[in-house]
Amino acid sequence: METTIAGQTIDLNNEGYLTDIKQWTKEVAMHIAQEEGITLTDGHWPVIEYLQEQYRNEVPLSIRKVGKSGVVDIKQFYALFPGGPLKKASRIAGIPKPASCI
Amino acid sequence: MKDLVILGAGTAGTMMSNHLAKRLAKDWRIRIVDQRKIHHYQPGYLFIPFGTYKEEDIVKPIKKFIPERAELIQEGILKVDKDHDRIYLENGETLDYDVLIIATGTDIAPDEIDGMMGPHWHQSVFDFYTLEGAVKLHEKLETWEGGHLVVHITEMPIKCPVAPLEFAFLADAYFEQRKMRNKVKITFVTPMDGAFTKPVASAHLGHLLKDKGIEVVPNFNIMSLDGENKTIMDYEGKEVSYDLLVTVPTNKGADYVERSGLGDELNFIPTNKGTLQSNAKENIFVIGDATNLPASKAGSVAHFEGEILLENVIRFIEGKELMDEFDGHANCFIETGHGKALLIDFNYHHQPVSGTFPLPGVGPLNLLKESRMNHMGKMAFKWIYWNMLITGKHIPFVSAKMQEAGKNFEEETV
Repeated sequence: METTIAGQTIDLNNEGYLTDIKQWTKEVAMHIAQEEGITLTDGHWPVIEYLQEQYRNEVPLSIRKVGKSGVVDIKQFYALFPGGPLKKASRIAGIPKPASCI
Repeated sequence: MKDLVILGAGTAGTMMSNHLAKRLAKDWRIRIVDQRKIHHYQPGYLFIPFGTYKEEDIVKPIKKFIPERAELIQEGILKVDKDHDRIYLENGETLDYDVLIIATGTDIAPDEIDGMMGPHWHQSVFDFYTLEGAVKLHEKLETWEGGHLVVHITEMPIKCPVAPLEFAFLADAYFEQRKMRNKVKITFVTPMDGAFTKPVASAHLGHLLKDKGIEVVPNFNIMSLDGENKTIMDYEGKEVSYDLLVTVPTNKGADYVERSGLGDELNFIPTNKGTLQSNAKENIFVIGDATNLPASKAGSVAHFEGEILLENVIRFIEGKELMDEFDGHANCFIETGHGKALLIDFNYHHQPVSGTFPLPGVGPLNLLKESRMNHMGKMAFKWIYWNMLITGKHIPFVSAKMQEAGKNFEEETV
């Protein structure tokens, strides 16, 4: 599904996740965050960058892994992205939803 | 004399010892280290709680499957000194190596969750990822009078990611057969956003949970367990109460991995996903559940990795370029209860889709579809495991790289 966010053409899957991280910009992130009811602050960006770095290195992510990253602890992660932090933060970071094999 | 050492004599390590015994030049010595005496057929753990298998049906001596050419060293591993190509064993002995293969897998770590361990462990809170846990759970189920059964995943990654779902399906059938299904409520609690997370599998299989009356609590990231009040709590303050909790605790790599500075936060070893060489050093290779690869932690994955790893160890020894060929191929039967099962076949690039397996257009097995034939395949697999898989024999029609023919990939674009 193609859509336009902040003047850019973006490809999203049917759950609203970017299908190509190369299309991600900070403006796109801010727009998606708004849809999730989140206003991005200085506290959010290091988490988003950490998730993107893990994704580029093809490391599978979990809440606890983020909590052990030294970037945020789990409580802070929930406070920044309430109601499903990994799911929402992944969408804002332009990376795929955390998933199992099936 | 050159030295190759394998750490771990489980599925992957035993299989590699057999592959290498046939292929390595005579001036190479093969040693394999594992302190355990017994090889468990781990796919069998799932069936123990329901009495389909007994303990004695899924164990054999480790020794029986190690080739004559390899020396089995039954000792614990203290650490690997990668800078000096040396292994320290718990008894103080050392092993030097030219090539190291790490195959020490993953184990459950229930103490990672506050309150999970305690007097309630194996009383009202059970795992089935260990033989002991599966056997104790069988004893519990035999006398349980019903109540709220909660099947729970702590966090990903876990070994055999479909096993918790299979457990829920088999529990539904088990209680039905015992004519007490109406006395048992089954809930599936997962940190992911559903029991099925891939769109194609969800579309094909989403109905199964509803049909079987299994409730799903998604997005539940457990923070702690209160054994006295039989409740699990998540980070957002959500609570789920249980009478009987069957949990899959955090999975971690072996402790010596941490002591050796070789692992990530969960002691899984950063590994090249195509070549299976460790990122840490070029003469260290990793196979099976011990890696951090974005593939499933499953015996079938270790099996497919085996053929590529064998080739790459030989190439490394000969100073040739490694094959960057492992595609993340996994192939898993999924029990759905009442003598039926599903089969899924997928890799790094493709999610499980429908189709036929192993012969395109013919089968006889159907992908992503319940059938009795798939269940028979799963039960027959035990023989294949002992007689072909860990002994390093080729399984007919099944290739290391995923076959694309016979699969309905157009489903992925929907």
